[in-house]
Amino acid sequence: MSLILDKVSYKYSTGTAYEVTALDQVSLKIEDGQFIGIIGHTGSGKSTLIQHLNGLLKATEGSIYYNGQDIYDKDYDLKDLRTQVGMVFQYPEHQLFETTVFEDVKFGPKNQGLDDKEATLRAYEALRSVGFPEDYYDQSPFELSGGQKRRAAIAGVLAMKPAVLILDEPTAGLDPKGRDEILGLISDMHKKTGNTVILVSHSMEDVANYVDRIIVMNDAKVYMDGTPKEVFGRAKDLEEIGLAVPEVTYLMMELKNRGWNVDVSATTVEEGKNEILKLKGMNA
Amino acid sequence: MNIIEAKQLVHEFFRRDEEGNIEGIQVALNKVDLKVEAGQFISILGHNGSGKSTLAKHINALLTPSDGTLYVDGKDTADSNNELAIRQSAGMVFQNPDNQIIASIVEEDVGFGPENMGVPTDEIWERVERSLKSVGMWKYHAHSPNKLSGGQKQRVAIAGVMAMEPKCIILDEPTAMLDPDGRKEVIKVAHELNRKKGMTVILITHYMEEVVGSDYVYVMDKGKVVMEGEPRDIFSRVDELKSHRMDVPQITLLAHELKKSGLDIPDGILTREELINVLNLG
Repeated sequence: MSLILDKVSYKYSTGTAYEVTALDQVSLKIEDGQFIGIIGHTGSGKSTLIQHLNGLLKATEGSIYYNGQDIYDKDYDLKDLRTQVGMVFQYPEHQLFETTVFEDVKFGPKNQGLDDKEATLRAYEALRSVGFPEDYYDQSPFELSGGQKRRAAIAGVLAMKPAVLILDEPTAGLDPKGRDEILGLISDMHKKTGNTVILVSHSMEDVANYVDRIIVMNDAKVYMDGTPKEVFGRAKDLEEIGLAVPEVTYLMMELKNRGWNVDVSATTVEEGKNEILKLKGMNA
Repeated sequence: MNIIEAKQLVHEFFRRDEEGNIEGIQVALNKVDLKVEAGQFISILGHNGSGKSTLAKHINALLTPSDGTLYVDGKDTADSNNELAIRQSAGMVFQNPDNQIIASIVEEDVGFGPENMGVPTDEIWERVERSLKSVGMWKYHAHSPNKLSGGQKQRVAIAGVMAMEPKCIILDEPTAMLDPDGRKEVIKVAHELNRKKGMTVILITHYMEEVVGSDYVYVMDKGKVVMEGEPRDIFSRVDELKSHRMDVPQITLLAHELKKSGLDIPDGILTREELINVLNLG
């Protein structure tokens, strides 16, 4: 079971002077249960890439297979794909529309054809899993704070129980605590259900803290693909395309430059702490 | 002299039911005291809903005090006769660049403010050129704003405020919708305006790294100023900041963790260089 992209290209305004290649021969295999981060400069093709994964955009060349089936086959049910590959867009709270939070979350499962009872159960489960306070279930989604709106909107996608969950910058505009809460709940859910999670992010620190594989996009192509340690071990290459490594990694590199024996692939505060404690001859 | 001075400033929002009766009162600003001297670079930190944007709207008289007083450039914001003068003293840049650009050519957008103020045409063009140069966007003066990146659009919005020649500029989460490059561009421009032109800058943000270069920081929570001080002082209070839903830069956090593990490290480490120096590796 997996999602496979085979030489996928996406071009628009073809045949005009403004032709743009937004994806260029991208081949990827996304195995079940991975937690993947996608990073890249604005305009690198990140958003175009994820919109292919649930068939919102159709590749101009190449094929995409979900669980072995070609999603561009004329008999393939794209509506079904979209319920299995759930997408949380940037600023998802802009898409809230129902009169109450609960109705809004129920909308997805109802649309999937589930009966009212099942949809109600799904909505409860999803709202609980994002830690949404029960007192507000019947409130209008428009009267909530920014962080609560974001939770309600994410719950709306979770209620459809997608096997693959894609989130496009889910923490944009949130304060630090809100950011940690949202990423924490996504990570907890991933551990509990084993679903595939694809996280598009601008924050190297967030990616380093949570994911087990990073795909770096640049200029419509996959520029790097590996574990956080492998990717952040190539600081120079990342800087060349306008990205950076986590602050802790920079610190390790500087210590190494000064002749200290540290592991430059440390990316998180925890790992950095352990490296420095080792240097000082203290047990972590 | 203080260009901005708030004394026990209070703002209350009324929640109303369908018939317009008052259901409840929400206190968005609760007895805020704040002073900004001309030429300072001030940051206001706070989580979503802490009251920081409400405060910003008071500084250019979009909102007026429910109680207490606020003086901007010596003028009382509660007096509606001062409204226009206050808005000329304190210019504001908002979060979303797409909501504040109105013209189809960059230079016309920047010229809109001074034109509205009745500045003579020749001088408008001089101001447009000067302010676009000050944010590094002069080479785009004849471009359409919708082809610009988010960071470039925010710089155009800042130039639009600069062209009105205010004494003070308020940036209300100007980088919240930008990518890391755009964020750096905007913060760099804000510091340059402060340093080179002596512009008073008030930066409202919840990105910790952006307040490192400020002269003074206020932290808000539940409508109150809960912490204030220089960045180094603020960032040395890691646990207190976390209790207000804030964070510290990663290096500061690492230094704090090392200290907790028993290393002899002072509070308020802000840069890698500082951390390496205090590690005393020899």
